[in-house]
Amino acid sequence: MDLQTTIYLVVGASFALYIGIAFWARAGSTSEFYVAGGGVGPRINGMATAADWMSAASFISMAGLISNMGYGGGLFLMGWTGGYVLLALLLAPYLRKFGKFTVPQFIGDRFYSKSASTVAVVCLLTASLTYVIGQMTGVGVAFSRFLGVSSETGIYVGMAIVFMYAVFGGMKGITYTQVAQYVVLIFAYTVPAVFISMHLTGNPIPQLGLGSNLVGQDISLLQKLDTIVVELGFGQYTTTTAGSTLNMFVYTMSLMIGTAGLPHVIMRFFTVPTVAAARSSAGWALVFIAILYTTAPAVAGMAKYNLMSTVNTAVVTNGDLYAADSSLEVAKQPDWMNRWAKTGLLKFEDKNGDGRIQYYNDKTKNPDVIAKAEAAGWKGNELTVNADIIVLANPEIALLPNWVIALVAAGGLAAALSTAAGLLLAISSAISHDLVKGVFKPNISEKGELMAGKIAMAVSIVIAGYLGLNPPGFAAGTVALAFGIAASSLFPAIMMGIFSKKMNKEGAIAGMLSGLFITLFYVFAHKGIFFIKGTEFLDLIGGPNPFFGITPEAFGAIGALVNFGVAFLVDKFTKEPPEHIQHLVEAVRTPRGAKAVDGSHA
Amino acid sequence: MDKSGEAYWKATLGLLTKILVVWFVVSFGAGILFVDLFNKIHIGGYPLGFWFAHQGSMYIFVALIFIYAKKMGEIDRKFDVHED
Repeated sequence: MDLQTTIYLVVGASFALYIGIAFWARAGSTSEFYVAGGGVGPRINGMATAADWMSAASFISMAGLISNMGYGGGLFLMGWTGGYVLLALLLAPYLRKFGKFTVPQFIGDRFYSKSASTVAVVCLLTASLTYVIGQMTGVGVAFSRFLGVSSETGIYVGMAIVFMYAVFGGMKGITYTQVAQYVVLIFAYTVPAVFISMHLTGNPIPQLGLGSNLVGQDISLLQKLDTIVVELGFGQYTTTTAGSTLNMFVYTMSLMIGTAGLPHVIMRFFTVPTVAAARSSAGWALVFIAILYTTAPAVAGMAKYNLMSTVNTAVVTNGDLYAADSSLEVAKQPDWMNRWAKTGLLKFEDKNGDGRIQYYNDKTKNPDVIAKAEAAGWKGNELTVNADIIVLANPEIALLPNWVIALVAAGGLAAALSTAAGLLLAISSAISHDLVKGVFKPNISEKGELMAGKIAMAVSIVIAGYLGLNPPGFAAGTVALAFGIAASSLFPAIMMGIFSKKMNKEGAIAGMLSGLFITLFYVFAHKGIFFIKGTEFLDLIGGPNPFFGITPEAFGAIGALVNFGVAFLVDKFTKEPPEHIQHLVEAVRTPRGAKAVDGSHA
Repeated sequence: MDKSGEAYWKATLGLLTKILVVWFVVSFGAGILFVDLFNKIHIGGYPLGFWFAHQGSMYIFVALIFIYAKKMGEIDRKFDVHED
């Protein structure tokens, strides 16, 4: 059976499975639509959370970025897992005890103010929408390869499918579908990694393989990789940091507190039956996430090695990388390169007209590399590989069987769809429940509320799809921006709501607004106002990364600091919260008396 | 808040502090701030600092959450505020 048919079959079968499950478990009421009736155990909830959490950014984009960045890419690994520790310790159990089902509801009640809840809705929408843009970029990549079309067409197809899928199910459908999606995506991620690790190092466990020696050689994979990339002018794989140590530090911190502040993740902890279950649920979620996340660096390193050795035969033979016959002949290009060239995400150009492809860093400052490249008659790098395709192309690069390639396509789609669905649910609940019902039309019927939610989903898909066509960066980079926004706006407000009895509404509102504003200002200066190309205003702030060299993706931690600072300052000069709110905080801190989640506004 | 409530909250904060210190040391400490120092040590083919950033801290995070959940359960029962 040829590759394309196999892909259709595997992807088709996985879709049939999800739709079947969504139909079987479809939501009957608003409460089921949002929180699955509260009757989901910690392991199942953990698995669904993992699928919800691991998006196109984790599945498709992350390992590719790590592959490019080397050691510095570890910020994604630590950032996106370390946040669960914060979530489990600082937020999940308390929000579960509080017993409402949206984040703005908590903020509105704790800070006794509709304005606070409305500000929280604005923060939530900004973060979630940015996140969905990143997903759409990833969906575009997955569908373009799957259908053999351009990535633009891929995004249009993806928009249609995400819409049908999210509107249909609701939380209950989503929870069980996500369990199925987790199983598909984790197999899709680990199976090729095991094959490749076995092939390269003889060790079937990728987590160990990355540290092992190459088959038949007395040198470890990482050492070898370091040597090759340095010789070709790239930064050393195991030590190249992300910008600077400071940038890496705040970037990691932003991702961690962003994780803990992302509403669609927090929402998952409302679906567990007890406070104790909320604590362990975060642990289970992280177990399921870590299976993929600890495999990712192996995928990254091995994909880099495989790519290098495909383009340059001297990598395997230990010959001269700059010898004329080491570089890959254009005529002998493997099929996967041609297939990916069609999507526009892989490009090559024979600049020196020698009929071969040279892949090296032509912007290097290393005089050795420049001299060698000149002596060999190289006229610039001839291959560009979009980081977002590395994972999907990985099994093809390693020449694995067709069913593995098909499985990876299905896994990528599962990851993107499950997260998009979770995010859209968070967006729709914020608009229909917190904004329409909570502020504008308190008497709206259940049916009207559901309808408002579905309209909100449709509108956000269109906006995200449009911006996904001109994404502000790679899928994982865009998603990182969303985390920065959540980190700087929602996380501090929720945390102060639990840990500071005296924090009042003025402080919380001022904090959220200033954190959100300063982060958006910094991000929009780099990426354009609302990510619209051409509206960047870098000159105004003095060039790129003006704040101690911190990149916009990493700025969320600074925004969070500003949020905390402003909140405490304003809190000092305004009057303390009423007695009953202080009692509410005390009640939230102890587990006893946790009730099933209830949706009504108290 | 009554006396036992205050003691419960103090015990909770104590546990949180201990866990967050470990959380910080393995990721921001070994994986970022002192990575060069740790990279001088090699274990299983990995430079140790690189290993903490790409592998180790994640395993430790998982362990930390389960330790927290268990200890927190013990604190709940000690102060008699656990769910039934």
